Amino acid sequence: MYRMASYDEPLLNEMEDRKTAETKIPLPERIKREELNLPSPSERSVVEHFVHLSQMNYGVDTGMYPLGSCTMKYNPKLLEEIAGSHKVKHLHPLQHESTVQGSLEIMHRLEKTLCSITGMDAFTLQPLAGAHGEFTGMLLVRAYHEYNGEERKEVIVPDSAHGTNPASARMAGFEVVEIPSRDGRVDMDALRAVLSENTAAFMLTNPNTLGIFEKDILEISREVKKAGALLYYDGANMNAIMGKARPGDMGFDIVHLNLHKTFATPHGGGGPGAGPVGVKSSLEKFLPVPRVVREESGAYHLDYGREHSIGKVSHFYGNFPVLLRAYAYIMLKGSDGLKEATERAVLNSNYLMSRIAGRNYTLPFDGRRMHEFVVSAKNLKEKGVRAIDVAKRLMDYGIHPPTVYFPMIVEEAMMIEPTESESMGALDRYAEIMNRIAEEDADVVRSAPSDTPIGRVDEAGAARNQIFKWSDFSP
Amino acid sequence: MEKLGINSIDELFGDIPGDIRIDGIGIPPGKDEMEVEREIASVLGKNISFDDMPSFLGGGIKPHYVPPAVRHIVSRSEFYTSYTPYQPEFSQGMLQSMFEYQSVVCELTGMDVANISMYDAATSLGEAARMAKRVSGKDVFLIPSNISREKKSVLENYARNAGVEIREMPYGDDGLVKLPSSADVKDAAGIYIENPNFFGMIDGRIDEINELKDNMDGLVVMGVDPLLLSIARPPSEYGADIVIGDGWMGNPMNFGGSRLGIFSCRKEHVRQMPGRIIGATADGGGKRAFCMTLQTREQHIRRDRATSNICSNEALCAIAFVSYVAVMGRDGLRKLAVENMRNARYAADGLSSVGFEIPFGWEFFNEFVAVPPSDAASLNEGLMEVGIHGALPIGEQFPELKNALLYGVTEMHSTDMIDRMVEATAGILGGEHV
Repeated sequence: MYRMASYDEPLLNEMEDRKTAETKIPLPERIKREELNLPSPSERSVVEHFVHLSQMNYGVDTGMYPLGSCTMKYNPKLLEEIAGSHKVKHLHPLQHESTVQGSLEIMHRLEKTLCSITGMDAFTLQPLAGAHGEFTGMLLVRAYHEYNGEERKEVIVPDSAHGTNPASARMAGFEVVEIPSRDGRVDMDALRAVLSENTAAFMLTNPNTLGIFEKDILEISREVKKAGALLYYDGANMNAIMGKARPGDMGFDIVHLNLHKTFATPHGGGGPGAGPVGVKSSLEKFLPVPRVVREESGAYHLDYGREHSIGKVSHFYGNFPVLLRAYAYIMLKGSDGLKEATERAVLNSNYLMSRIAGRNYTLPFDGRRMHEFVVSAKNLKEKGVRAIDVAKRLMDYGIHPPTVYFPMIVEEAMMIEPTESESMGALDRYAEIMNRIAEEDADVVRSAPSDTPIGRVDEAGAARNQIFKWSDFSP
Repeated sequence: MEKLGINSIDELFGDIPGDIRIDGIGIPPGKDEMEVEREIASVLGKNISFDDMPSFLGGGIKPHYVPPAVRHIVSRSEFYTSYTPYQPEFSQGMLQSMFEYQSVVCELTGMDVANISMYDAATSLGEAARMAKRVSGKDVFLIPSNISREKKSVLENYARNAGVEIREMPYGDDGLVKLPSSADVKDAAGIYIENPNFFGMIDGRIDEINELKDNMDGLVVMGVDPLLLSIARPPSEYGADIVIGDGWMGNPMNFGGSRLGIFSCRKEHVRQMPGRIIGATADGGGKRAFCMTLQTREQHIRRDRATSNICSNEALCAIAFVSYVAVMGRDGLRKLAVENMRNARYAADGLSSVGFEIPFGWEFFNEFVAVPPSDAASLNEGLMEVGIHGALPIGEQFPELKNALLYGVTEMHSTDMIDRMVEATAGILGGEHV
């Protein structure tokens, strides 16, 4: 049996303040602040407060967390130890280069390693998340075409793409052209129909969000190049192909990776992540500055002198502690270990799919799946149960639901990615509970969850009431 | 494999065309934990941190003490190994903490709503410029010429492709941006003002900025240090519509990474905001609950019509921020702010007494510009030889300031440390004079 801790935890401003002394403020009256309504609980109660809150939160360390396209793998604890060093934390980004050689060396090594893994020629580590990497990639696309004297306005994305793809293309000033999928893959005819001298790039996730490998990738690549456009790889699903294939060999010109997915750095409840971007040599000159360069003397240097660079996409050099963790993970795994992680992730996913897909949860589209799969809960609708109900009910059994209602091309979608971290026993249990829920009384499922700190949340009420801070509660 | 009826793992990868199949990656084999820990420690050992050598660098990031309680709170693995809280019933801890973060940011800035973070202050500025255009329908975004050049470059990348034109405003003898005339701001999408600014100067022109605001259709965007706001009047009283900043509280310098960008605004503009927002609501039984809200602004729903592409942000840094504020408490923050001001003044005083010019006056927070009587680069070299990292040379970005240095001084700089820096500086200058 599973029960998540449940406290009636007050907000910080509802807690008892400790007595503290007022400070005299040496500012002129006209700018001095009189009122400041911040809480002052004792340290003991602050720690108790956040420990209580943490106990009302589910993480990978709590149990299986099979969110599709999120790659919630186990985060080795060594990575946290390493990132906790004062040589990491207490380093100012504008220190003299001679005093940050260790960090620059790690960055340089990581760039080279990511090149080997993806088959690209150069990487920038500056983007601070996956979508930020996409935006950077789209800026590179723009710079490339401008450099070649071309004005290309459209970016093509499949209808199964992550929402960030069209949003990133749009942010970089492109118009988005969405093409329908056929049998869960890119429809070559649809692609050919929209490719033109106006196409700047085609953004693709491979394997795609259905977990299906785009086996026409070489043909896709030829067609895109023939049109003079660039091919962009959304690396959210890189965990499916490490050591098996490389985006660079498939013909991709630009790649972003999510280090917080594939390379085991923790998600932190939504960041910090890292979204390094790799490119083929023809695009290297456009990468953000500074570039980390190794000089003949062996010293590392931050090079800002790049005439064609797009400039900067974030204030400094990237989320260094995340970069460092990813590098440590790659060192731990090595060549064979990364390949084995991929093999195990794909094996786990296929095994779980074989146990879940069937009458209750149908598998849309034919063909192989890789590290993740999408099932449809539409057959449960006749008994009045929807995918969201199954998701909520899973929590009563102490496991995290999969991603639901994405990709949008599958009705009542449940997108499941178990990762390589889970044991056969954990997969069996997950499948068993999924199947049990399908047989359960519809009322029980629809009223779930009942064993979590709170019951099903009124999300529409949140949008209606617009309470964004504690002073918004009516007294 | 048996249960799947396959003989070889490669069967699962059968959709990958043979031409591009590889077997393994051209990198070294895996190492055990002890080896990895040792090798990385050895490489990082080449870094010289603040603990090894005091530094007086300003430039927007400065060393601050992080109470151990904050580190322990963000080390709770229920927090740090969780995903974005899409399932609120399983994520109340993270959601309530985020709501508390938003509450604290709103209290400091005087804004009505904060998102749970942007990537950093520079990308917050980029998003603010885009939002100003969405709200006002206008194209020109005014910025001070004296903001950091890194920020300018990021802003340019965010703005350019949204059709926002960036125009710079010069700064005056007091180091503050010269406020434009009402006619000049009439058609602007927004104006950006920093307090404290890049030179560390406190901008107290509350009436003047309000007056500007009254003559604008566009938005007033202010960039702040949250610590100054614990003792100085909030941006809301300046007429600000959007408030951004570097959310350093509780987050170490980290070579400039893994920090957060504050983003907050007035409620009337909330639907144009980028990023994730947490709202309070209730569960079916009426119990208070929290969840992500107004998601129809976001990329996973709105796709290319979203207000921003942001998905992952710096959520855990927001937890560090709010737990830092809680541990410090109201008066703890104010005491710290005053200590920062006092230490910075003490350092500026010392430098002034050995011949430095303080060009913009003394109304600064914890950074200030000081101009040495001789070459800044050789001064910094000299300091390095005696184990002190000097201040940030800004003459390259501001040629009119030639040898100027930007000092950052906080609670981390003890009186002894400052004395030692000033003495060493005097020694180097004296030596040069001989």
